[in-house]
Amino acid sequence: MTYIAKPKIAHPSLPKNELGLTTRDYEGVVSTLCAGCGHDSVTAALIQAVFELDIEPHMLAKMSGIGCSSKTPAYFVSQAHGFNSVHGRMPSVTTGAYAANRDLTYVGVSGDGDSLSIGVGQFVHAIRRNLNMCYLIENNGVYGLTKGQFSASADIGSKPKKGLPNQQEPIDPASAALALGATYIARSFSGDKEQLVPLIKGAIMHSGFSLVDVISPCVTFNDHEGSTKSYAHTREFYKHVANIDYIHPSEEIKASYAEGDAMPIHLHGGDTIVLRKVDRAYDPTSRAEAFKLLRERYNAGEITTGLLYVNDERAEMHELMHNIDTPLSQLPYEGLHPGGDELQKLQSRYR
Amino acid sequence: MASTNDVVIKIGTVNGTGSASANGLLRKAIFRMGVPVVGKNYFPSNIQGLPTWYEIRVTGDGYSCRSDRVDIMVAMNAQTYARDLAEVEPGGCLIYDSTWPRSSLLNRDDITIIGIPLSRMCNEHFDGARARILMKNIAYVGAIAALLDVDLEIIKNLLEETFSTKQHLIASNMEAIHLGYNYASQNFPCPLPARVEKMDATKGHIVIDGNTAAGLGCMYAGATVGAWYPITPSTSLMDAFRTFCSRYRVDPETGKRTYCIIQAEDELAAIGMVLGASWNGARSFTPTSGPGISLMSEFIGFAYYAEIPAVIFDVQRTGPSTGMPTRTQQCDLISCAYASHGDTKHVLLFPADPEECFYMSPQAFDLAERLQTPVMVLTDLDIGMNDWMIPELEWDESYVPDRGKVYSAEDLEGMEKFYRYLDVDGDGITYRTLPGVHPKGSYFTRGSGHTKLGAYTEDSAEYQEVIDRLLVKWETTRTMVPDAEIRYSKFNKAAILTLGSCDGACKEALDRLEKQKVGLNYCRVKAFPFTAAVREFIDQHEVVYVVEQNRDAQLRTLLINDIEADQKKLVPVLHYDGMPINAGSVVRGVLEEISKGRAA
Repeated sequence: MTYIAKPKIAHPSLPKNELGLTTRDYEGVVSTLCAGCGHDSVTAALIQAVFELDIEPHMLAKMSGIGCSSKTPAYFVSQAHGFNSVHGRMPSVTTGAYAANRDLTYVGVSGDGDSLSIGVGQFVHAIRRNLNMCYLIENNGVYGLTKGQFSASADIGSKPKKGLPNQQEPIDPASAALALGATYIARSFSGDKEQLVPLIKGAIMHSGFSLVDVISPCVTFNDHEGSTKSYAHTREFYKHVANIDYIHPSEEIKASYAEGDAMPIHLHGGDTIVLRKVDRAYDPTSRAEAFKLLRERYNAGEITTGLLYVNDERAEMHELMHNIDTPLSQLPYEGLHPGGDELQKLQSRYR
Repeated sequence: MASTNDVVIKIGTVNGTGSASANGLLRKAIFRMGVPVVGKNYFPSNIQGLPTWYEIRVTGDGYSCRSDRVDIMVAMNAQTYARDLAEVEPGGCLIYDSTWPRSSLLNRDDITIIGIPLSRMCNEHFDGARARILMKNIAYVGAIAALLDVDLEIIKNLLEETFSTKQHLIASNMEAIHLGYNYASQNFPCPLPARVEKMDATKGHIVIDGNTAAGLGCMYAGATVGAWYPITPSTSLMDAFRTFCSRYRVDPETGKRTYCIIQAEDELAAIGMVLGASWNGARSFTPTSGPGISLMSEFIGFAYYAEIPAVIFDVQRTGPSTGMPTRTQQCDLISCAYASHGDTKHVLLFPADPEECFYMSPQAFDLAERLQTPVMVLTDLDIGMNDWMIPELEWDESYVPDRGKVYSAEDLEGMEKFYRYLDVDGDGITYRTLPGVHPKGSYFTRGSGHTKLGAYTEDSAEYQEVIDRLLVKWETTRTMVPDAEIRYSKFNKAAILTLGSCDGACKEALDRLEKQKVGLNYCRVKAFPFTAAVREFIDQHEVVYVVEQNRDAQLRTLLINDIEADQKKLVPVLHYDGMPINAGSVVRGVLEEISKGRAA
């Protein structure tokens, strides 16, 4: 039941972050998803990421639409504000929320149905605006709450529990985001926390639209043989291309990276991420290369994961609009209108 | 019949030929002579090449609705010449461009036909195709000025104001004015018996459209986030907001803006953005029209249940479906009042003219934030896009926005625990918090079933408790919305009840009926839910003629639904052809019912 709070007993040995909080302080209510659901692992990775980033819980806004994935904001950071909106419309609500208050950290959790079918229009346009948010897609290729229909990310030939294999071309959120100009695109797997946590941290710290497409198997409706979104299939075919290490501003780059394998990228906020390339020739700052890589690997049947593309040069939404640095919701009313005398003057053209 | 300062001029042109500024010049010049005017634009849903008309009603009596006759027709469009000719009131006149001969078939003996070689004169005096077309428009203004005795000095002043930075245009425009003026004066008896004579009835007034006034009102209300998808006839509302903000909301030093206008991908996104921004504490709004309301409905229901403020302007146009996008109606009353699935009902405001568009804008934000619910301001194309004479707008410097029940960081600090949907004050309105203010303020906003504590529920009693509390809020709302305008005399057994842009037509109709010894009381509702005074007003009469601009008597339905008004008393008087309602149709409708034996 989503309203059952977890007892808050923190072991004294639990590590604390700079705010003096433990990971327990970033938890939410008990998940009601199926046992073994990939989404719960993503929730755990998110908790770890915001804990490690020292984000004040109440400065985090958790945004979602409708579906299994969209329930998860209740399962992390209870002290953050959550907004469980309508199906496929999380991006617009986040756009408005961000327009009003640019000081909060926005994490949106969506699914393949929510983002690639009913909400594909809003997904597309949030990217075009370079909305400054971390957008997670918990991608399992299937509709869970309505019991097992294919979603738009289902691969050709993937088999359902009952009925015929999918024959429609899948929408790959990473490729779509690349085409639309997203400025941070990553893919990972719910079963690979080591890769996922730094990718989420990078996505949160990146200024602009960050997509993290997480293959997150549905144990109940899409984990059988013949499904291309099962745990077994994902484990067999998934490949790292470029992982990242997130470097906190207060830390120095301690780890040693072999030249050619590592690429430090300095983010707007003063943070740095270091790309660790598995494929030495791959340049994730090149949109053209990212396209090529995604297509070639997909044709080879592989699931390409890691930081696929990053561009920290492009201005985010407020910068593009030349908006004031202060959150609009905090501006005092007095400065928002020119007063009665000016009203008299400006009416001269209507006389 | 036309008489001095009671003349209707209708100008038929082709859209995209630049006649709007010429027509505006004529309308403004008459207004500057101190004579009240009404300006109506009948335009096609098209960019170039289709028929369009502008109608100027010169009304010394200061009526505000469209007239039911045409005294002077300026027939500049050959395509509509026949119907334009037919429309002229007997005794009136028709002006046409006599550069080319008109078929004698298209003639009438009961009106004066005035041929002026506008094209020929302009071709002789001006260079370039565009200039010749534009000046032809200015030249017919000159001709009308001669026929109606409009002050040329005022026209000159107006041109000087318009072209203060382009001096050469003042001279060329005045030349065109004189071409028309002189030709008319030399060839026809000028002025006509029904002409314009200086008055002193426009002092302290302006002429403005409702969308501009509403955009201005939103800026004065302190709105900071506007999200929209372009749709006729609401587009100019956001255009106006943008114009005023670009003048008053940009830091002169940094060039940074204190407003954020987002052109959304569709109306679903536009309202989503409004909700996100309002949830975060910004005053946020969206302008739209009927089709946009249909698309926004799911989110409007969400905002009702999750209790998020939102201000929506619905500039209504003719439906159903795409309908006639450039024609007016009041056809979204029911779809707005009950937008979305489930048990929902929403606060509606009904401005009658641009003046109320301005003053109801801050009022709409105040109500939305006080009541934590969507508030829809229902105007229409007639109010939104036509030119209305209204008293100059004034700003009450003591105005303080009502941000409603919002706990501050200090409030939260002193509390043990905050619960989002607890009815602390017993008025059905609960306290909210804004994200990022205080850790204790956090809560989960959801459209799924929730308890009064804000938690998810599928429990019947817990669900019903919240949905019932919203009814308490509805009754509180009834006491907060603007009250109706009522004119009451105990001697009248029957009354007119109406809303919005029907106001002018109804008031003029009351004057005309009075002359026929039919005395009626008057009630104009300004909001939904209906106030106690509306119920009382209906109770006081045997018959209430409900005048509105839609086919299905939607206002009447709302009265029956919301205050259980006796439906036998409520007699519909409907006008829904897409043209703005006029006094004649109200008079006809009421007299027809009286002739059937209804009370007068």
